[in-house]
Amino acid sequence: MSVGKTLAEKILSLKSHGEAEAGDVVIADVDLTFVQDTTGSLTIRQFKEGGFEALAKPQQTIIFLDHAAPSPARQLSNDHILLRRFAEETGCGIYEVGDGICHQLVAENFANPGEVIVGADSHTVTAGALGAFATGMGSSDVAVALALGKTWFRVPESFLIDLNGVFPRGVYAKDLILYLIGQIGADGATYKALEFGGDALAQITMPQRLTIANMAVEAGAKVGLFPGDKIAQDFLTEHGRGDNYQPLYPDAEANYEQVISVNLGELEPMLSLPHAVDNVRPVAQLKGVKIQQAFIGTCTNGRLEDLAIAAEILKGRKTHPGTRLLIAPSSRQVLIRAIEKGYVQSLIKAEAIILPPGCSACLGLHQGVLGDGEVCLSTANRNFKGRMGNPEAMIYLASPATAAASAIKGEITDPREISTKY
Amino acid sequence: MPDLVFKGKAIKLGDNISTDDIIPGRFAHLRSNLPELAKHVLEDAVPGFTSKVRDMSLRAEGKAILVAGKNLGLGSSREHAPVVIKMSGVGAILAKSAARIFFRNAINQGLPVLLCDTDNIGDGDELEINLSGGKIADLTSGITLSCSKMPPIMSAILEEGGLIPYIQKHRDFKI
Ligand code: SF4
Repeated sequence: MSVGKTLAEKILSLKSHGEAEAGDVVIADVDLTFVQDTTGSLTIRQFKEGGFEALAKPQQTIIFLDHAAPSPARQLSNDHILLRRFAEETGCGIYEVGDGICHQLVAENFANPGEVIVGADSHTVTAGALGAFATGMGSSDVAVALALGKTWFRVPESFLIDLNGVFPRGVYAKDLILYLIGQIGADGATYKALEFGGDALAQITMPQRLTIANMAVEAGAKVGLFPGDKIAQDFLTEHGRGDNYQPLYPDAEANYEQVISVNLGELEPMLSLPHAVDNVRPVAQLKGVKIQQAFIGTCTNGRLEDLAIAAEILKGRKTHPGTRLLIAPSSRQVLIRAIEKGYVQSLIKAEAIILPPGCSACLGLHQGVLGDGEVCLSTANRNFKGRMGNPEAMIYLASPATAAASAIKGEITDPREISTKY
Repeated sequence: MPDLVFKGKAIKLGDNISTDDIIPGRFAHLRSNLPELAKHVLEDAVPGFTSKVRDMSLRAEGKAILVAGKNLGLGSSREHAPVVIKMSGVGAILAKSAARIFFRNAINQGLPVLLCDTDNIGDGDELEINLSGGKIADLTSGITLSCSKMPPIMSAILEEGGLIPYIQKHRDFKI
């Protein structure tokens, strides 16, 4: 047995009321369970098929209507009805169409260090930014977690991602995580925990951490964990739940399967090329590729700080006539703040199209489906073939700064060429 | 409980077949209509997939066995992916590696996923799968492959035909 524990081992020890070590299989209490509107109906059917009626923890169960919001099709509207009815019957929480994306709302309202969170959505890992062991599962697993208030895990081995230095101008958390996925590969961390540490952590903000943790699953990881440090504490306090804070750090002697060190100062703007997230290159190498659509939003990069960067770059400019720029704030709260701060005004004047808070164009079922042969530069986390509704289209992934700069020029553009500030 | 020993025919897939390849997001409106959704399984990645599987069962060639490369099922948590693969008539999946959520989802649906080196299995090869022994015999090429073991709780779930039947029986996890 190793002398020290990783973050993953610490949380799973706490929640399984024992000593959890990488490789063990444990049964852990679940603090928050959620579904969204494209996985929720199957989850409810499985729950009922299991013969269950009552939720183990109705107060800690949430339904989010965010993927088809507002619904583009009758069948999806009917799924919404089913989910609303289930919320009424069981007394669980529900977030409505227009409230925002599940992972953003979990970060804003629920996740705390040391908790276990399971969601019927692969980007549940986002809440790892707050030090929660948060992971995506399928409908059957989530149905059983709803019924029993617990689930089983194989305790993952951890990779330590040791971050040092500071981000240069024009380089963001998104560029870091794309770079890392390029290094690790789309399956390089399968079944593992990515744990972020190092001297740079003290200046990596919560919104940046959420972007990074969000894409841990793109390297195959089960969770992407940050410690419960001062930044987590300040975020909780700002969001009215400072009392839920508990410090959470890995032990100094923790055992890591791999250590990957990154000097942030050496990074440059990066992007993922079609059709694989780990097909990563510097933006500089792709300069000039024409784009018909740019999309800023999603659970990866639809936060206030992302809209601030886009607004700053686009202020007083216009998007290229050949390029549509779609912007979907990740929650109503984000949209309200973006209006208050004048970002929305700058963006609309630049001829961007503001979409309602939600997943929007990300998964290809509405609000920005691409045409045959079209190219989109998106701030999302996935660029699989067909992701944005058309297998004949191409998707590049990059930061909001790269997306905004590229929307202005109508082609892939290094943001450092457009803005001296960002 | 799935059959422990059965024969079937390989349908080869490449590396990195995502859940968007298996069931594209554009069909999200069909997610409460699984038979309809199943008509689109692997539609973009393997043209003619569903009719291939149907023909195999019509010709009584045994179950279709999906034989994938690495990182099968990367992407979303949609359990509809293994559900529709199973509904289309696939009896088992072999892969070099599988994404975590997809792997767990398939087992939860009672659909066996065996991890082994699939490089030397050819498209259309006749395979004999021995689930309890974790062995695969490629009857066409004569090679035998061993699969990596899954945690005992997963084998127990698979033996009960999936997570829901498992929970119906035990009312709890047993480890
Ligand atoms: S924004 Fe995209 S990746 Fe995030 S939860 Fe919604 S569909 Fe999934």
